Amino acid sequence: MPELPERKWTMVVNLDTCTGCNACVVACHAENNVPIVSEEEVVRGRAMHWIRIERYWEGEWPDVKARYIPVMCQQCERAPCEPVCPVYATLHSQRENLNLQVYNRCVGTRYCQNNDPYKVRFFNFFDPNFEGLLKEQLNPDVTVRSAGVMEKCTFCVQRIRRSEEQALVADRPLRDGEVVPACVQACPTSALVFGDLKDPESEATRLVRGNQRKFRLLEELGAEPQVYYLQSGHSAVNE
Amino acid sequence: METTHDVPIWRRPPPEDTELSHQLEHERRQHLLLDPRYPLDIDGGVLKPMYRHTWRFWLVTALLAGLVLLFGAIWTTQMILGLGITGLNRPVMWALYIVNFVYFIGIGHAGTFISAALRVLKIEWRRPISRAAETLTVFALIAAAMFPVVHVGRAWKAYWLLPIPTQREIWPSYHSPLIWDFTAIFTYLTCSILFAYIGLLPDLAMARDHTIGWRHRLYEVLALGWRGTEREWANQETALNVFSYAIIPVMFSVHTIVSWDFAMAVQPGWHSTVFGPYFVIGALFSGAGAVIMALVLIRKAMHLEYFLRDEHFDGMGKFLLLLSLTWAYFYFNDYLVPWYGQEPVEKVLHQLLATGSAAPLWFLMIFCNVVLPWTTLWSRRVRTSIPAIFTISVLIQVGMYLERYIIIPVTLGRNEFPYSWGVYLPNWPESLITVGAFALIGLLYVLFSRIFPMIPVWEVYEGQVLQGLRRIGRALVPTKAEPGD
Repeated sequence: MPELPERKWTMVVNLDTCTGCNACVVACHAENNVPIVSEEEVVRGRAMHWIRIERYWEGEWPDVKARYIPVMCQQCERAPCEPVCPVYATLHSQRENLNLQVYNRCVGTRYCQNNDPYKVRFFNFFDPNFEGLLKEQLNPDVTVRSAGVMEKCTFCVQRIRRSEEQALVADRPLRDGEVVPACVQACPTSALVFGDLKDPESEATRLVRGNQRKFRLLEELGAEPQVYYLQSGHSAVNE
Repeated sequence: METTHDVPIWRRPPPEDTELSHQLEHERRQHLLLDPRYPLDIDGGVLKPMYRHTWRFWLVTALLAGLVLLFGAIWTTQMILGLGITGLNRPVMWALYIVNFVYFIGIGHAGTFISAALRVLKIEWRRPISRAAETLTVFALIAAAMFPVVHVGRAWKAYWLLPIPTQREIWPSYHSPLIWDFTAIFTYLTCSILFAYIGLLPDLAMARDHTIGWRHRLYEVLALGWRGTEREWANQETALNVFSYAIIPVMFSVHTIVSWDFAMAVQPGWHSTVFGPYFVIGALFSGAGAVIMALVLIRKAMHLEYFLRDEHFDGMGKFLLLLSLTWAYFYFNDYLVPWYGQEPVEKVLHQLLATGSAAPLWFLMIFCNVVLPWTTLWSRRVRTSIPAIFTISVLIQVGMYLERYIIIPVTLGRNEFPYSWGVYLPNWPESLITVGAFALIGLLYVLFSRIFPMIPVWEVYEGQVLQGLRRIGRALVPTKAEPGD
């Protein structure tokens, strides 16, 4: 088995171009077999979206602006959710810098969700119910989770794995842009960019490096999140 | 008073002086240890109530057993359908089950404290109440230990949290406070059971010598051949002393570690360094209240008025007041520092408690835990009035339960992202399971009280032998001999 290179997978979210269309949410549901919960369950606060669009209003009516911010697992380098798991169901992949979730190890203490400042972890309160044709579109690459386990965004680890294997078979390095998570693929305005920060030439590195618009969520907590946001409403002209 | 060694303590003649005789009468009414009786009468006073099976006993037992069965049925349903049948949601992932866990562990602190700490400090009035307190500790710990299993999403996999070698070849992660918790509680439960059992041995032997039939056979096995030789007593004394000293730090560690389940997390309102001692005091506070309730109930149900007197409720009442003051001190510490800091999330939490939807809970908690004890327990008349001290103890349970409720589901509802805020309301499954857990402790307690002596006879007898009265001038002064001096 050849040594696979070290990675630092990252997501860059350009808030200027995000229109809040929710295409990423739908794509994620389809790709990752995320359970679709009933209306009553959503009202009870049990909606499950590995990526969600948080909508905030800015200003006072009528001079009001909607701000959208897509929030998914931030794949923190020093993730608070990891050490509290008593059964190593959530743990760190040092090589890829991913925050892994091992469903069949999880006993459902839900400690990780308490200690997750971004609240991007989801608990299966019931067994998932894929009705009718939805069952036919389940992704065979992704486990369907049972009741009682936690789940969260994986940066589409199955796609990362497949691309790396294809590159390995072809005996060539992984090209930038070859790994495309479902949300990135679906984004009509290309507000989401996925890439390897270890690769100095990647699109993600280019966007992050020296960019004054970049910020990370709750950076002061020191969790070292790996999702970078590019501030909206600050064009160079205004400044 | 002059005593001669050949007269047994229960047959000492009263003093001839009438004033001294009156004083003696008064002291005997007040203090169990100055009121010795014929040993067989004392044995009988403990053993006879164990045979009392009135219709009330069966009614209570049946009711409690029914609630425990309901507990089992709901838990089974929850395992089949999923935790969705409870009121849990995102972000409130821990709620009533963890509240119960913390509450019952807290109850489990007082027994040891009363038995071990008061023993170490040689506080004599503890003697008749130690068994009732230790028993409550053990049963409360059993109920508490159940709740993490009831709480997890896949209860049938809960053994994965145990450090036992299995085919999975994955050791539990000692980074997680939950595993520290498991270690501390397991140690404490083991120590508590052994401690209670060592103290029970002479009484089991006593019961063995006074019974026939299945009881005799049971006590014969459990008494481990205790004969009451000098050597056995010396060994028992040593063992109890070792346990008393060893179990106190274990007790402190348990609730400190329980508090770390919260304090180690980045959740606002949890991330506090004062949580360790604050939780320990809270545990002792609710635990002491629960012991008073248990004492009142067994005194009434088993007619133990000879053993459990005003002096015991008086002593426990003072203890309760002291704990209330200490609890308030720690609560103030935990409240003032974040309030002064005025961090946005902490501010939101404080507003929620002071003027928001959680305000009724918060004010009721302050009333039960601070206002009520401070305004009543300073009075000896209140402390020695059984209905009053029982009511106060019940309200302290309410207050301490609310405190845990506020810390867990109410606090979890708020975090850094207003988008992810939520409100938890208990649903019927977890509410009934909570009732069932109280019933389980009650059931175990009721059954235990009919099989095992609820008053440590040997301790009472030992205390009565050591205790004496000495005449100084015109007054009688209680004195105590130190064994081994």
